[in-house]
Amino acid sequence: MRLSDGLKELDSIYAPMPARIAAVRKITEMENLYTIELPHKYRIRHRPGQFVQLSILGVGEAPISISSSPSRSDSAFELCVRRAGDLTSALHRMKRGDLVGIRGPFGRGFPVDNFQGKDILFVAGGLGLAPLRSLINQILDLRGNYGRVIILYGARSPKAMLFQGELIEWAARADVELHLTVDNPDGEWANSVGVITTLFKEVDIFPRNTAAVVVGPPIMYKFVIQELLNIDIPKGNIWLSFERRMKCGVGKCGHCQMNHLYTCQAGPTYSYAEIEGLPEALG
Amino acid sequence: MSFKIMPKSVFPDWVEHLRENYRVVAPVQKHGHFVFDEIETCDGLCLKSPPSVLPPKKYIMPPREILLQYELDGSNFETVIESEPTVILGMHSCDIHAVKLLDHVFSMGYAEQNYQAHRDNTYLVSIECMSPCTENSFCRDMGTASANDGYDLHMIDLGDVYAVYVNTRRGGRLLEGFRRVFESSPPDEERLNQKLSEKWQKFEYKLDFDIVEMSDVLHASYNCQHWGELGDICLACGMCTQVCPTCYCFDITDEADLLMQNGTRSRQWDSCQVNTFSEVAGGHDFREKLAARQRHRFMRKGKYQMDAFGMVGCVGCGRCATSCLVHITPIKVFNELHKRRQAEQPVEEIHHALI
Repeated sequence: MRLSDGLKELDSIYAPMPARIAAVRKITEMENLYTIELPHKYRIRHRPGQFVQLSILGVGEAPISISSSPSRSDSAFELCVRRAGDLTSALHRMKRGDLVGIRGPFGRGFPVDNFQGKDILFVAGGLGLAPLRSLINQILDLRGNYGRVIILYGARSPKAMLFQGELIEWAARADVELHLTVDNPDGEWANSVGVITTLFKEVDIFPRNTAAVVVGPPIMYKFVIQELLNIDIPKGNIWLSFERRMKCGVGKCGHCQMNHLYTCQAGPTYSYAEIEGLPEALG
Repeated sequence: MSFKIMPKSVFPDWVEHLRENYRVVAPVQKHGHFVFDEIETCDGLCLKSPPSVLPPKKYIMPPREILLQYELDGSNFETVIESEPTVILGMHSCDIHAVKLLDHVFSMGYAEQNYQAHRDNTYLVSIECMSPCTENSFCRDMGTASANDGYDLHMIDLGDVYAVYVNTRRGGRLLEGFRRVFESSPPDEERLNQKLSEKWQKFEYKLDFDIVEMSDVLHASYNCQHWGELGDICLACGMCTQVCPTCYCFDITDEADLLMQNGTRSRQWDSCQVNTFSEVAGGHDFREKLAARQRHRFMRKGKYQMDAFGMVGCVGCGRCATSCLVHITPIKVFNELHKRRQAEQPVEEIHHALI
């Protein structure tokens, strides 16, 4: 078959579905936002928190979490990709119209249904906002079904902040509480300075009715979890997402295994209650 | 169960018969070691060999296998699923148990077509082990010194003849057209049971505890200092996992030709013992220490697979022990963990747990 032929019955779990880069938007110095279109208007049908295996022929595959919400992924979905390794560097050299391959979506994603009626506390560090944005927008698109929406977001510097247009929109909404912090402010920065946990002082949280969803670098988790436990959020209502280097995505290759859990299948999203005793999850 | 009788004198003719339709692989000696290799005659074939260097897994999950081939510009792209009709002769029951685990893993959830294709085209002919093979093997402990299923044909050496169980219909096909096997008679059954009962006396237990306690022993040993001691001597060469019949972790990599026109994506064996295996973006490694990697390996072998599938993750073949340059052996490791656990658990606590 030709990769450009579009969807054909694929006879291997390793065969990527051909996909087209419909748009590329540079959103920071290191991150681009890619709009990915599947052939024949095929919908990706994902849940927030799920990931795809993004494939470039001759380079390889890497797991990338889906950054658009299901509510806004009818004709295409979005991947926010930092230029870091071989594959992501190759992707950053690609342009609109180029072909990539997609397998997935994989993983179970966040339990959106369990969040209904609850206040949702989002805590994002750096690139962690990329997967969280999928859940945030999903919830904002059915806003009445949820309680307060509180977003705490920390980045290295104001320029490193992702989705700045959306941050402005969220800040303007009366039904979203957005709190930002950076490590290195520039002259115009009017928000907080310091690590993400400094933002907890700015918000009043009612633990009985709050689910926290936390995505960020490994180092962030320990401190944020402690903060959440301090305000009595139940362990089962603290949700995290783990970045592991899945090779297969289908529970076999072993690369993403944390203790007994294959993160590609059982995760990459876990409640703290599920992984609390696993040293290979939080170290 | 009924079985057939094959005189040993006609065995070479049967192999010849099989070779008309199949690639036949069996243990042969090479450079002083036994390996599974294709045979053309029965000359080098040895059905009473110690475990082969690599398990017969290599025929159903090859060390490296192309999954996709393509032109880099996307103008041509195809999946590659290949297999060759193969009869594996002379498999030990430990390796049969290992294949049962692999079958489960590669068929659950997303079934892997490459594995399935090999498996559908591969016939397993095992032979009953009548005596222990090496000092490192502990199949009696792991419950793998014999197998009730998992093979297509199973042979038992009765002296001048083999008893041949036909376990599957496809196994029966291997005997079709070969007229020199006989139906068994009651005296054959008597001989068979006599032989089997003699067998078990020769297999000693080598672990100090029963397999049903394995998961608990490992659970209690998660923070045992012994892992650190193993980590201190482990060379992270990955040999233990390369020779293991139940290891199936792999990597997937792309390769392009020099002209950057054609490329392949392939799956190859990987090892949780080598230093890039658990690396994630940004260079962070969630299982960096050698102690943690050894622990992970033994947890998979003794606990994780058992807890998840109810199947042994280690079949006691002893290959890892034989290949380990610093003599880390599962018998010693499991017994050491058990010993330290016993030492740490006060007697009153044990009594209390019983009340």
